[in-house]
Amino acid sequence: MLRLRTIAFGYLAAILLGPVSLVFYRTFENGAGAAWAALSTPETIHAFKLTPIITAIAVPANTIFGIACALAIVRRTFPGKGLLNAFVDLPLALSPVVVGLALFLLYGREGWFGSWLSEHGVQVLFALPSMVVATIFVSLPFVTRAVVPALREIGDEQEQAARTLGASSWQTFRRITLPAIRWAVIYGVILTTARSLGEYGAVAVVSGRLQGETETATLRVQERYESFDIAGAYAISIVLAFMAVLVLVAMTFIKPREGTT
Amino acid sequence: MSIAVKGVSKRFGDFVALDNASLAVESGSLTALLGPSGSGKSTLLRVIAGLEQPDAGEIVISGADATALAPQKRGVGFVFQHYAAFKHMTVRDNVAFGLTIRKRPKAEVAARVDELLELVQLQPFGHRYPAQLSGGQRQRMALARALAVKPSVLLLDEPFGALDARVRAELREWLRRLHEEVHVTTVFVTHDQEEAMEVADQIAVMNHGRIEQVGAPRDLYDRPATEFVMSFVGPVNRLRESWVRPHDLEVSLQPSEGAVEALVERIVHLGFEIRVELVLGDGDKLFAQLTRREIDQLELREGQIVYLRPSAECTFAASVT
Repeated sequence: MLRLRTIAFGYLAAILLGPVSLVFYRTFENGAGAAWAALSTPETIHAFKLTPIITAIAVPANTIFGIACALAIVRRTFPGKGLLNAFVDLPLALSPVVVGLALFLLYGREGWFGSWLSEHGVQVLFALPSMVVATIFVSLPFVTRAVVPALREIGDEQEQAARTLGASSWQTFRRITLPAIRWAVIYGVILTTARSLGEYGAVAVVSGRLQGETETATLRVQERYESFDIAGAYAISIVLAFMAVLVLVAMTFIKPREGTT
Repeated sequence: MSIAVKGVSKRFGDFVALDNASLAVESGSLTALLGPSGSGKSTLLRVIAGLEQPDAGEIVISGADATALAPQKRGVGFVFQHYAAFKHMTVRDNVAFGLTIRKRPKAEVAARVDELLELVQLQPFGHRYPAQLSGGQRQRMALARALAVKPSVLLLDEPFGALDARVRAELREWLRRLHEEVHVTTVFVTHDQEEAMEVADQIAVMNHGRIEQVGAPRDLYDRPATEFVMSFVGPVNRLRESWVRPHDLEVSLQPSEGAVEALVERIVHLGFEIRVELVLGDGDKLFAQLTRREIDQLELREGQIVYLRPSAECTFAASVT
């Protein structure tokens, strides 16, 4: 047991803790003032506004889709069910850059939808819509993958009992199914949020990386790094890391309560 | 609040769960669907509740065609073998569920829940969660929950199947008394012939998706329509071309006209009853059920030759099984 623990901690330290603490050290190497100066530029502030906006659209969309998709996979039988089940995992297998390129081909000026959309004055690429779509795509599987086993575990007898007691499908979902799977949903939402906050590749391709316009926090880190503003890049990284830690802490606070009900 | 099942068939892929099954359940009666596993009894119950759609046939509840009706509109109470307790709700909230769904006034709900908790003897446990109850208590809670909305029909799917023998016996008797009090038309599924005999006033014996025979417990035992019914509602022996119950075998030490010779292989003392295991000349085995007094009078011992004569027997013209 002791050796296993040593391995687990050693691995985490080498892969995770080392680099993260190094980032912390580098950020404050030249004092908090330099870090603050880098964070308070209008472009950076804009980037930190854009990331939560995209997340706030992508997470609810994927939560609703994810629960519906899990219900379809577990509770229904229909042709093509296996295909749906496999497709949900596609974003995990596909490189985000490929996803970005695919969207580029769809919505670009020569793309399938691109010409029609631009004729009607809708700007998808290099704008918020494509960035949201890209983020939704890469964070798609998490809610479904968290909810499917939970639905399997509770079975459908409670739902059938609710139906015989007079509940409609929506009432059954709202009062029986959702409370029973709520921790799985919350877990899925947290993973989706973390993935959305950290997305880089797909968004980098479709956004055009216009400073102060379509630059998210992760893109801003790269931009600062490429402009030799290492302290700025580190400072933004710190804030992103802090957001991720916050999400993880929220998760650990929620999880232990699972056992009490 | 009668139920009529008319020519209902249901397949699951290649498996025929129900094969043209018809059954009439009188208002206020307590009917058992009895059969081995896979005989279609649970499917029939679920079709009555609307939890399964039949491929053919119709379901009539209280004189109205309910075949196409959604389960929540049929006015049936359903009790599941594994309770289907709402785990995130207290006992009170579980029992109140059907009433809160119907948006009844709070005071009315509280009064009805109190009444039902008393009926199922769970008053002290209202604020517990299902996980804090025993199996028998959970099943009584499920019963109270089903009864809360005053269903026209109460359906129970192997309600005591998951409980241990002692609790099961207790709940059987309790269900019988409850039925006398509440008098709601009740159908319950069981694979236990003793349970069916003890609780029901009408039994429908099912096999391979068909209803083999419907009748009062005593009728089924005394006048079974098929070999299957005869062998399912009680122990049975094959003696030449006929079937005979072990307690209908007369054992004697003297040969007589029409009696069959047999060897006493083993004598098993079960208390007042004694099971005598016998082998016929052709190697066929059967057993007789005698009382202690009869054994003492005969001074029966293992290894003895005896002569058997049935005091009552059944023959079935078309033997399928």
